[in-house]
Amino acid sequence: MTVITLTIDGRSVATASGATLLEAARAGGSAIPTLCHLEGLSPVAACRLCLVEIDGDSRLQPACVTAAAEGMVVRTTSPRLAELRRTVIELLFTEGNHVCAICVANGHCELQDLAVAVGMDHSRLPYRFPSRSVDLSHPLFGLDHNRCILCTRCVRVCAEVEGAHVWDVGWRGEHCRIISGLDQPWGAVDACTDCGKCVQVCPTGALFHKGDGTEEKEGHPEQLQVLVRARQQGGAP
Amino acid sequence: MSGPGATAVPAQARLCSAAGCRACGSEAIRSHLETSLAERGLAGRLRLRRVGCLGPCGAGPLLALDPGGARQGSVIFGGVTRADADSLVEALAAVRLDSWEPQAAQRFDQLHPFFRLQRRIVLENCGRIDPESIDEAIAAGAYVQLKRAVASSSPEAVIERIRRSGLRGRGGAGYPTGLKWQSVAGRPGPEKVVVCNADEGDPGAFMDRTVLEGDPHRVLEGMAIAAYAVGARLGFIYIRAEYELAIAHLRRAIEQASGRDLLGDVAIELRVGAGAYVCGEETALLHSIEGGRGTPRPRPPYPAEHGLWGRPTLINNVETFANVVPILREGADWFAAIGTPTSAGTKVFSLTGHVRLAGVLEVPMGTPLATVVEQMGGGAPGGVPIKAVQTGGPSGGCVPAKHLDTPVDYESLKELGTIMGSGGMVVLDATTDMVDLAAFFMGFCREESCGKCVPCRAGTVQLHDLLRKHLERRATAADLEQLESLCHMVADTSLCGLGQSAPRPVLSALRHFRGDFLALLQPKASAVP
Ligand SMILES: Cc1cc2nc3c(=O)[nH]c(=O)nc-3n(C[C@H](O)[C@H](O)[C@H](O)COP(=O)(O)O)c2cc1C
Ligand code: SF4
Ligand code: SF4
Ligand code: FES
Repeated sequence: MTVITLTIDGRSVATASGATLLEAARAGGSAIPTLCHLEGLSPVAACRLCLVEIDGDSRLQPACVTAAAEGMVVRTTSPRLAELRRTVIELLFTEGNHVCAICVANGHCELQDLAVAVGMDHSRLPYRFPSRSVDLSHPLFGLDHNRCILCTRCVRVCAEVEGAHVWDVGWRGEHCRIISGLDQPWGAVDACTDCGKCVQVCPTGALFHKGDGTEEKEGHPEQLQVLVRARQQGGAP
Repeated sequence: MSGPGATAVPAQARLCSAAGCRACGSEAIRSHLETSLAERGLAGRLRLRRVGCLGPCGAGPLLALDPGGARQGSVIFGGVTRADADSLVEALAAVRLDSWEPQAAQRFDQLHPFFRLQRRIVLENCGRIDPESIDEAIAAGAYVQLKRAVASSSPEAVIERIRRSGLRGRGGAGYPTGLKWQSVAGRPGPEKVVVCNADEGDPGAFMDRTVLEGDPHRVLEGMAIAAYAVGARLGFIYIRAEYELAIAHLRRAIEQASGRDLLGDVAIELRVGAGAYVCGEETALLHSIEGGRGTPRPRPPYPAEHGLWGRPTLINNVETFANVVPILREGADWFAAIGTPTSAGTKVFSLTGHVRLAGVLEVPMGTPLATVVEQMGGGAPGGVPIKAVQTGGPSGGCVPAKHLDTPVDYESLKELGTIMGSGGMVVLDATTDMVDLAAFFMGFCREESCGKCVPCRAGTVQLHDLLRKHLERRATAADLEQLESLCHMVADTSLCGLGQSAPRPVLSALRHFRGDFLALLQPKASAVP
């Protein structure tokens, strides 16, 4: 394993070659906000929260997929990045219906945490109040599209880790929606093994256990990471 | 005189059979003419031929009349009617074809600026040969360069010639073609793929369709040469389903060429896409060919490294491939001498909007916009002054009238805040409201966003709503400020070129026509929330 050295937020960081900027930054003590990224799942670079500035590159680059390189000079915070991240969070809040006070994930929601982290106390853009549905057809779990931010973690965990590929994204643009099976009610999709991994990795209250009350849903992405590491090291899950 | 037996070569009428002229009834006129000639026993004296686009599509149906014999000087007639076809037959019967003047049709001779100022390299056979006949394509030189390259040049030598020619990708970004070929050729592995991007989704763009309808073998040969150069044996043409005629001509051309074993060991297949704009973006296009959702992914890795099914993949635009044969035939230096030092060769444009002669034309790079729009296109109808020219469609911007002396090349257009794009050129006269136009393009991007990344999926919606708020005269100075800052946010943070460029028409309109926005604003006191 070769080691490379780069500068992140003014600190010199050594990391294994092949590491992403996100891995290098976290190892070096810089906190980069992420949402679509989840260790153990393939990266999609879709939420754009992890964009960072790299010297000599006129474009911002997503830290979750950009390879760290020898001698790179990277900034993970700046007034410009702070403003862009706040706007991303505002866009997420305005395109769905996020009513924290009555949400199962209140207090344990990654979207809510990020809103706090980026200082978004209100949205400067108008809320759109889309009309979205709730799927309660599964015996154990529910999906509230109002709270879905289309991060596709559920799609990926089901296809890549569970191997059931129940979820997909349907439609396009603002009409995108997470769909189960061939856009069937979740409960009608035979491929679902009831494993609950999608509920575990969902960053918001969109996927939940049916028994969860307000503030009762806690995500457990770390369970996924234990499982994935065990598999990678050849151990039985 | 074009009397019987007077000359060996009979006069001929070339009828445009491309989509534009078909849409205004060219096929009915052709079959009427054919029947009339046969009935009058005149079929031997006027050769009727079906060809690709003749140019001024807006004036269709188009008919080109070649006098026959040793005489030069074809004349093109536009707006040809059934009655004109009858009078043509009469003129032929009376042996006075030379003086035939149709009633309804518009007459253009080759000295008309629309034709005189063109330099047809990509379109050299378009409108001259029957696109469904491989024999005519071969008579015009098709497949000679492929054969010659395979027989006597190394792949490296072919790439070197493309590199030296200065050819840059015609799909929009202008990436040097030779460099791209080199990087695919340099990848290890025998299983490489060549892909032709024929998605052409910009509103107002139909250059690629014209090339494919009018001279499909030209594109196949270019692809086969590229495949030889980079070491691929599999090729795909990704084309939108709306392009029915181009698909039919391509299918036939592939059948004919592979039937005669002219493509060597390269297998070329068609993939018909459902016509999503984003599927023109190369990584989305590859996903679509693989059978997945047409959504882009971050680059790197570029397709040259990790393309179709993970294989090194060369992806070029239709017009890029169509330039390959003339470069090999005439030489890299010949090509490099055309156009400007940084933008070699010609560019095909589809000229539309408020312009007298709309259609497809090809000019050397560096031709001033004014030449194309005012001289060749004849300016706006009714003598209305031109306000701006839009290039690059929903990813581009506009050039205001005061800058019409700008040469069309990659750098000059970029300097003005627009892009060369793939070749759509929309003329806007003084009656155009630039806010309305900006809202149209933003509405298009909102509709065409794949929805994968947040800034484009949700940002284009907010931007479109903000623009509509302006149009409805409900916007305040604060809204205008928000519009501008959100434009920069979406451009800076989106995942692919669609979102990154979606704000460009707005930013360009703000740069050159800010007054159009300001005129719509609410006075501060009466602002509506
Ligand atoms: C949203 C979007 C749409 C695009 N559409 C097209 C298209 O219709 N045709 C095309 O050739 N290139 C299109 N491109 C550019 C391609 O991604 C790619 O750069 C091009 O096909 C490369 O070919 P070239 O090097 O010959 O230009 C598009 C890019 C984006 C971002
Ligand atoms: S349901 Fe949850 S995990 Fe799935 S896309 Fe929506 S927010 Fe992400
Ligand atoms: S920029 Fe738009 S089209 Fe491109 S990936 Fe993002 S959502 Fe999809
Ligand atoms: S975490 Fe990198 S783009 Fe979402």
